[in-house]
Amino acid sequence: MTTIAELPPGFADKVLSAQSTFRSVMDAMARPGSVQRIVPMAGAPGPAMRGTAAIALTLFDHDTPLWLDERMAESSDVVKWLKFHTGAPVVQDSSIASFALISDGAALPSLERFALGTNEYPDRSTTVILQVESLDSGRSFELRGPGIDGVATLQASIRPFDLFERLRFNEALFPRGIDLVLVADDAVVAIPRTTRVVNKGS
Amino acid sequence: MNAPAYNFAYLDEQTKRMIRRAILKAIAIPGYQVPFASREMPMPYGWGTGGVQVTAAILGPQDVLKVIDQGSDDTTNAISIRKFFAKTAGVATTTATDQATVIQTRHRIPETSLHASQVLVYQVPIPEPLRFLEPRETDTRRMHALAEYGLMHVKLYEDIARFGHIATAYAYPVKVNARYVMDPSPTPKFDNPKMDNCPALQLFGAGREKRIYAIPPYTQVVSLDFEDHPFEPYRFNAPCALCGAENSYLDEIVTDDKGGRMFVCSDTDYCEGRQAAGHHGSLSAAPYKEKAGSHG
Repeated sequence: MTTIAELPPGFADKVLSAQSTFRSVMDAMARPGSVQRIVPMAGAPGPAMRGTAAIALTLFDHDTPLWLDERMAESSDVVKWLKFHTGAPVVQDSSIASFALISDGAALPSLERFALGTNEYPDRSTTVILQVESLDSGRSFELRGPGIDGVATLQASIRPFDLFERLRFNEALFPRGIDLVLVADDAVVAIPRTTRVVNKGS
Repeated sequence: MNAPAYNFAYLDEQTKRMIRRAILKAIAIPGYQVPFASREMPMPYGWGTGGVQVTAAILGPQDVLKVIDQGSDDTTNAISIRKFFAKTAGVATTTATDQATVIQTRHRIPETSLHASQVLVYQVPIPEPLRFLEPRETDTRRMHALAEYGLMHVKLYEDIARFGHIATAYAYPVKVNARYVMDPSPTPKFDNPKMDNCPALQLFGAGREKRIYAIPPYTQVVSLDFEDHPFEPYRFNAPCALCGAENSYLDEIVTDDKGGRMFVCSDTDYCEGRQAAGHHGSLSAAPYKEKAGSHG
């Protein structure tokens, strides 16, 4: 006897949902540290949060190689769902990935292992999508850089705890670097390669 | 079949995803020109196909769109692009700068200050500021990689040697976030200071040249200059003949063949707003009044 497992659905209205999700991500990238909400709902498979699922449906396709962390890669729900709804190829080599999905921040690999772009083509770099516990409570971080009027304060519970120390390598690498998108449920915060943490509070 | 002949905002979803990914990288690397697979649009190159593709990729049903061409809402290019999106996306349109959420522009930045909930989309003919100095793409790309911009300073210096001042009046090169030299599109250099630390997101689309670039909000944008020849915005030394504005960018309009001319605001919305608020210039028509006792 076979059992038919149903895949969680994609967007109900894929055109307008993708547009709305993109504007949230674009606003997040343009205003680092600001918390944007993803409104359209899609089914979230396995360890993927609904914000992550919406971003995947909005930005992934056959042109974007994906790298999944161990917990995502081991979940056949995630792999099947991504394959069915986006068609994006999953790759083992993180250095050629357009996007990386990280569900377990503690297992985030060294950021140098992702594509950093080249000095001629710094846009050919991995956008890392990292799921975190919370983007409205926890330690506070003070951010500076393009997109921020003075200083932006982000309160977040993030693993790995040393994430922002690791991201400091963006400073020396610029214009190469890693752009990060943090997701907690339907909340999204972007930390592009130009953002600097100036002060860590408690 | 009742299916619509085209998708919301004209472009197909795969194209929008590709453009959206390019926009995100453009924002992450301020001033860097991201290559993208520009599509043929139902209008010729030079009519804003790059700006139209960027607008189509960001536009949603809640947006209010304004389109200007050289500051004017009423020229052919502005009207046809506004109608294009009213038809293909069903969005509301406006001519009022402060009510728009997305403003597509050719060659001007509105006089009214932009705010944080707005996106300004520029139509760009030639995105590479170094192109007229170095025709090879491989070389200009290397120059950007090395931040080697000496050639651009030589060009500005040659202006000074020849004319006594920096004669570049439009498409005046800027440096974004102290890294990339960028072409602000053929806006008059009068508009350059408005790009600096602007609360709105600024996106640039070049359709024929297949490049997208961006200035995030609150980002430093510096016009290139020399200590002894600092950057100076230029405007005609006259008030607007219609609204009397002393600080707006002016168009020169020839009124006869005897040397007659008038100067009027290039930004039509700004000028109309000032006239509605009671400001008058030397050539503004007096408000129409019926003559007393003229009824037969």
